[in-house]
Amino acid sequence: MTDSRHKTEKPQPPFPAELKALGSQILGSEKTGDGHHEMLVDRSRILEVLRTVKEDPAIHCDLLVDICGVDWPDRDDRFEVVYHLAALETGLRLRIRVPLKEEDPTMPSAFGLWKGANWFEREAWDLFGIHFEGHPNLKRLLTHEAFDGHPLRKDYEPGRRCLLTEDEIMTPEWARENPTDNDQFETHILNLGPSHPATHGVLRTVVQLEGEVIRRAECEIGYLHRCFEKMVESQGWNQVIPYTDRLNYCSSMINSVGYALAVEKLLDVEAPPRAQILRLILSEFSRIMDHAVCLGANLVDLGAVTGSRYFFQVREEIYGLLESCSGARLTVSYARIGGLSHDVPENFSSQVRVLLDTIPGFIDDVEKLVTRNTIFRDRTEGVGVISGAEALAWGWTGPCLRASGIPYDVRKASPYLGYENIEFDVPVATTGDCYARYLVRMEEMRQSLHIIRQAIDSIPGGPVMIDDPHIAPPEKSKAYNEMESMIRHFKLLNDGIQVPAGNGYGFTEGANGELGYYLVSNGGGKPYRIKVRPPCFAIYQAYPHLLEGQMVSDAIAILGSLNIIAGELDR
Amino acid sequence: MIDLNASVVNVDQPPRSFGEKIYLGPIISGLTVTLRHFVRNFFGRKDVATIQYPEEKHEYSERLRGRHILITRDEGELRCVACFMCETACPADCIHIEAEEDPSAEVEWEKRPVVFEIDLLRCIFCGLCVDACPKEAIVMSRTHELAFARREEAIVGIDQLRQTGAMEDQDLGYRPYF
Repeated sequence: MTDSRHKTEKPQPPFPAELKALGSQILGSEKTGDGHHEMLVDRSRILEVLRTVKEDPAIHCDLLVDICGVDWPDRDDRFEVVYHLAALETGLRLRIRVPLKEEDPTMPSAFGLWKGANWFEREAWDLFGIHFEGHPNLKRLLTHEAFDGHPLRKDYEPGRRCLLTEDEIMTPEWARENPTDNDQFETHILNLGPSHPATHGVLRTVVQLEGEVIRRAECEIGYLHRCFEKMVESQGWNQVIPYTDRLNYCSSMINSVGYALAVEKLLDVEAPPRAQILRLILSEFSRIMDHAVCLGANLVDLGAVTGSRYFFQVREEIYGLLESCSGARLTVSYARIGGLSHDVPENFSSQVRVLLDTIPGFIDDVEKLVTRNTIFRDRTEGVGVISGAEALAWGWTGPCLRASGIPYDVRKASPYLGYENIEFDVPVATTGDCYARYLVRMEEMRQSLHIIRQAIDSIPGGPVMIDDPHIAPPEKSKAYNEMESMIRHFKLLNDGIQVPAGNGYGFTEGANGELGYYLVSNGGGKPYRIKVRPPCFAIYQAYPHLLEGQMVSDAIAILGSLNIIAGELDR
Repeated sequence: MIDLNASVVNVDQPPRSFGEKIYLGPIISGLTVTLRHFVRNFFGRKDVATIQYPEEKHEYSERLRGRHILITRDEGELRCVACFMCETACPADCIHIEAEEDPSAEVEWEKRPVVFEIDLLRCIFCGLCVDACPKEAIVMSRTHELAFARREEAIVGIDQLRQTGAMEDQDLGYRPYF
């Protein structure tokens, strides 16, 4: 069983020798649940370690993937801050854990090294009460400013409610008093959102205007926050799947597949080949759907209504396919740990082939309408420009990073679900503006179709659920008629899947970028901690900086091109 | 080492041509697309994706996860044995069951539900209750157009959920291991 994992994920490069002296305890790739390197570092040395990790040319972890907290009330060191780092060139994945005492949960901030630490640290402060010294703006992020307590601490009752009055309206300090320049212009504070037709979700941005130019901006998020991470701690491992569908609801299949893959990594099992390839096909369709919605909405915001109608037809057709497989259009709940909940319908291949024939026509139509259109190019070229290095520093991944010239794609860098056997190209643009992001997404839809075209011819037969009595429920006919199977059915549902104690990080290429799940299990039927690394969370934290110096109308164009999905942003 | 540049396709667009600079070229090619759709739809309704709801309805597959049905046995009693599996599996915590001893049972200690309530406002229609049932007592129908005037009406009990009529007449949707 043990080598089943190494078939899917490439083995890690060896642990960097430069770090050996710095960590108090080094766990090699063999000892962790996911095969990634892990080290325990004392708080006093963490900045030194992070600086070495980032700046040493042999290690060079240029992407700060995630920062999160874990609460262990029974341990001497109650809190733990977990850093996930990645080196794009070597494929090195590093996890650094820093234990913290309950009396003094303070840490130095990593904001000086990676700008992307900004919101991740604010989130850890908000949900765990871990204080990051040196952080420029350590305010609550997902919950309300007046919220009482830190909800992800284990002693916070899940059902506890906190009454919040409207008095504490969150306005950044700089926006409370309106500074007037000595020049002729008076600055003006404007709220974009939270309920604005162009935000496509509940997002609020406070901007300071000078004429029509944005001088300063700040985002406020959390309007759709439902504390996914707290809710799933009281659910069984399989019951989390319907919750993951509601993260990025434009491509729900990718979320649940990513989650299932992460848990399978911890269990050290692999779904049967048929399930893998079906997951791949439906994930790629979801990616097309997500890009179609993103581009369609972006075009509507810029006044090009027709293009979005053609894209919505693409989405409609794919919804039909997903519904015929899973029984729901939007929240599919189709993946399960160890495979899929049931097999696809008999006419699946023919349905897919019909889609493969029709979707390119719609993409071509939009291409003819928009791509070379001068009005569209005027609105998007040179707007919201971000360089590749800057985007990486903010923690960007996915199409937005590729539009800035860095060809990082999880499907290529660490293939899963058999992407290594499929030939496809990673679209890259160099200009890093809204137009480039549009072009990358357009080409990605074509590449996804290309992937599906190869995969559809090689669907193997066989089961879609793993043959493991500890993971898969018994067949229904047996559960109805055989005593042993019925007992097994009851036990599996009552106790849940028993995931061995440990931690692991599973990551897939979501429609917006790297979608990661950091899972901590204490050996029970329920997850101890699940941290989602939503791709658009890292992307959106750079949004205020992209706005500075741009026009108000460009703010809409930039927001649309980033594809911010409030469901996964706020969780 | 991972060669990130191994299979990369550059999608940068060339600078604008003269026809594009004067706005006319792209406008004409765009109008050709919309005109083609217009003509096709006007004379043959070839590309129309919309339907005339509610007169015309979308045909869903036989897996659609709609409102639940509690299946009955031949003699009209519920198949449900009040084992609480669906309540356990429900991620939304929307099922409420109260059990009692079945007086008509042939063996002792056979259970049946006295209260079986589903809060359809809480329900997320994920189908895990159907997967969890060891008796195929709860399945889903294709009824998905649910509307209630008051919140209390959305909490449906045995009377509303019970199967009415023969199995063939049910508009069956998601069933276990379809």
